[in-house]
Amino acid sequence: MVERETALLRKIDINVAESEKRTGKNTVNMQETYTVYLIETRPADAGAEGGLPVGDSPWRRYSEFELLRTFLLVTYPYVVVPPLPEKRAEFVWHRMSADNLDPDFVERRRMGLENFLMRVASHSALSNDKIFYQFLTEEKGWRESVLETGFQDKADSRLKSLSAMFRVKNPDKCFTDLKQYSDELNSAISHLLRVRAKVADRMYGVYKVHGNYGRVFSEWSAIEKEMGDGLQSAGHHMDTHSASVDDILEEEEHYADQLKEYLFYTDALRSVCRKHELMQYELEMAVMDLANKKQQREELTSGAVRVFSLKGMSSKLFGQESPEQRESRLAALELSIETSEEGVLDKNSECRDFMRMSWEEVKRFKEQKDRELREALISYAIMQISMCKKGIQVWSNAKECFNKM
Amino acid sequence: MSVGAAAPRGLQPVTEATHPLSAAQETLSPAPDGTAICHIPSNNNGSGGGGGGDKEATALTNGTPVETSSPASASSLLNRLQLDDDQDADALDLYASTETRDLFVTVDDPKKHVSTMETYITYRVSTKTTRIEFQLPEYSLRRRYQDFDWLRMKLEDSQPTHLIPPLPEKFVMKGVVDRFSEEFVETRMKALDKFLKRVADHPVLSFNPHLNAFLTAKDLNKRQGLALLTKVGESVKQAAGGYKLRGRPAEYSAMGEYLDTFNQKLGTLDRIAQRILKEQTEYLVELREYGSVYAGWAGSEDSLRQPLEGVAGCVSTCCGAMEDLSENMSQDLLPVLREYVLYIESMKNVLKKRDQSQAEYEGRLEAAVIRKQEDKTPVPVEVEKCQDRLECFNADLKADWERWQSNKRQDFKQLLTSMADKNVNYYEKCQSAWESLVSMLQDDQAENTNETNCD
Repeated sequence: MVERETALLRKIDINVAESEKRTGKNTVNMQETYTVYLIETRPADAGAEGGLPVGDSPWRRYSEFELLRTFLLVTYPYVVVPPLPEKRAEFVWHRMSADNLDPDFVERRRMGLENFLMRVASHSALSNDKIFYQFLTEEKGWRESVLETGFQDKADSRLKSLSAMFRVKNPDKCFTDLKQYSDELNSAISHLLRVRAKVADRMYGVYKVHGNYGRVFSEWSAIEKEMGDGLQSAGHHMDTHSASVDDILEEEEHYADQLKEYLFYTDALRSVCRKHELMQYELEMAVMDLANKKQQREELTSGAVRVFSLKGMSSKLFGQESPEQRESRLAALELSIETSEEGVLDKNSECRDFMRMSWEEVKRFKEQKDRELREALISYAIMQISMCKKGIQVWSNAKECFNKM
Repeated sequence: MSVGAAAPRGLQPVTEATHPLSAAQETLSPAPDGTAICHIPSNNNGSGGGGGGDKEATALTNGTPVETSSPASASSLLNRLQLDDDQDADALDLYASTETRDLFVTVDDPKKHVSTMETYITYRVSTKTTRIEFQLPEYSLRRRYQDFDWLRMKLEDSQPTHLIPPLPEKFVMKGVVDRFSEEFVETRMKALDKFLKRVADHPVLSFNPHLNAFLTAKDLNKRQGLALLTKVGESVKQAAGGYKLRGRPAEYSAMGEYLDTFNQKLGTLDRIAQRILKEQTEYLVELREYGSVYAGWAGSEDSLRQPLEGVAGCVSTCCGAMEDLSENMSQDLLPVLREYVLYIESMKNVLKKRDQSQAEYEGRLEAAVIRKQEDKTPVPVEVEKCQDRLECFNADLKADWERWQSNKRQDFKQLLTSMADKNVNYYEKCQSAWESLVSMLQDDQAENTNETNCD
């Protein structure tokens, strides 16, 4: 995951070491229980050239992680910002608790949050962010410094971008493709997770019903002479079989979490696309504005009013304006055209930069995704193999017992 | 004697089959003390007893000599010599190895018959034997369920002291099961085969003339009405037997208790097996969709396409393996459980009849004792007959019980072992699918890293 020399992860180790339940008053003065996570950082090479000063080990709430991520999202619009673990347990199968304070859920979230911090810390741009560093190392005043950056002013883009989406005239092919891909990925993974939860449910059922054999074999063994011992011990193996599903499914949950991360990554991809659209939209607006002004200037200089307008009406009613007036208006227009032209240039280069940087980001993301998901699939397959081996073991043991009957 | 008798026997059961027993039935109603049937069970020790039953049959059918064939010990000796090497897989049966098997039956090849009156299935019943009371060494004919039912009824009537193996259920819930579906016919065929084999392996039942008729006669002359009457008579008798036994030997009480518990356990096993099948079916539905989701996802990926398709392939292999497993379970496990539930019923029936027999004996004995005190007459023959009957009942029952226990042990050993085997097999199939996927993906990965290293 460490990619650049500059990445923070080269210099320090990051851990989300612990979680703790706390109770306190929230903003509307209501009692609430929440979980906080302890972030620990220490220099990667102890004793090596001083490195970075290491500060506190702050406790952070999930909502603070959310704030950090929003900040990064706004500040680095071209970056595919790593997602946070799910806010609420989704795609659960019935045996899994959907309670946010459930220890298993908290533990999985702790791992997810750690993963998030590592990903941010290994990113060339994000890892050098001051606010991020403060988040890791300063217990107090972090929230205030985030809010001071005024990122929220820029963060109102959601609504704007929505309208931009429908108005962009020349959408970039690369980004429309990317958007389509992230939609496909999103629906594929969410479908997969949904079905996996159902499969897990059913598998749980199959294994647990086998557990009944354990009970009935041992009861039955009580009335048998020669068969008794064999039945009794076969029953134990059935108990083992039924219990083994808990571990299997717990392990599988890890795989689901990996998939979930990529499900949430699709949102990050969409966000990049949205920002590009917004930028494209602004560029197009600036170009249009410039074209408008240029047309006005032309009208003014030629004196011809091609289109019916209020101005044309007024000039007819109140007579021609004086040459001085015309002169000054023309000058103002010239000036405004000049700034518009500059604006368009700026926007153009901004857009180009965005394209360049975001495209690199997307490329990096795709490589990471291909590599990690491939590994996830392999480890899933290995998990299946170990499940099969367990099954073979149990049934072979049971068979031996049956054979002795 | 037996050689002389053998000649007409090939044809004899056709007409004879109903005669001795219908006669027995007739005598039974006027003389409800059951002396008529009392003798038949005494042949549980093989040779002599058959004679006893035959003697009676002879008497009842006005001396027709055909029934006098005893399951001669001479022939059984001969068979022992001839067939010793022939003991195949079925020789697992404890009794088959101590007693010689000289009668082999199979039920197979179901056929559907459609006529204007009815639609029904017949099964081929093939017999191979060296027994002397069979005219030919081989027979092959077609029987339908009704015929099996007739045979069982006849066996029950003529050998009331013996445990008659159960037939598969006669009535199937309409609409729930299609009586003519391949699956149903196959299951029933296997159960009928099992039934007939169990009868043919039984040291006493296998010599029953009705079995002979069933196996050899072109046309069964069934008179079911009479058989039905017998049943009614019996149930009337049973209703009257509310008498409490003085001293029921503990072993029979233990048998009853054993049967009750075993029945309960079988019921639970059956429910578990059914439930597992249901869960597996539902699992399979989800698993199929699961596989297709991977395949669908593969469509929108480039370098992930191969691993995703690989997973889809593995999942579908697992689906296939699961399907096989479920099918095997429902075909092998469930029928055996059913058979034993029915078996328990037969066994309980025999126990009940034994109790009745004891009750009758005790009742008569008590009456006789009272009379003896009054007028000092000796114990009447009637009471002695009753005692005999009870004793042979007890002996038959014990022998059948032992036999049944041993069969049961073998059957369940085999059944459960094969269940474990099938599960192992299922996991092995899945494992090998996943393993080949992993090795394929890991090879690719190694190649890729090599390539990047070269770049």
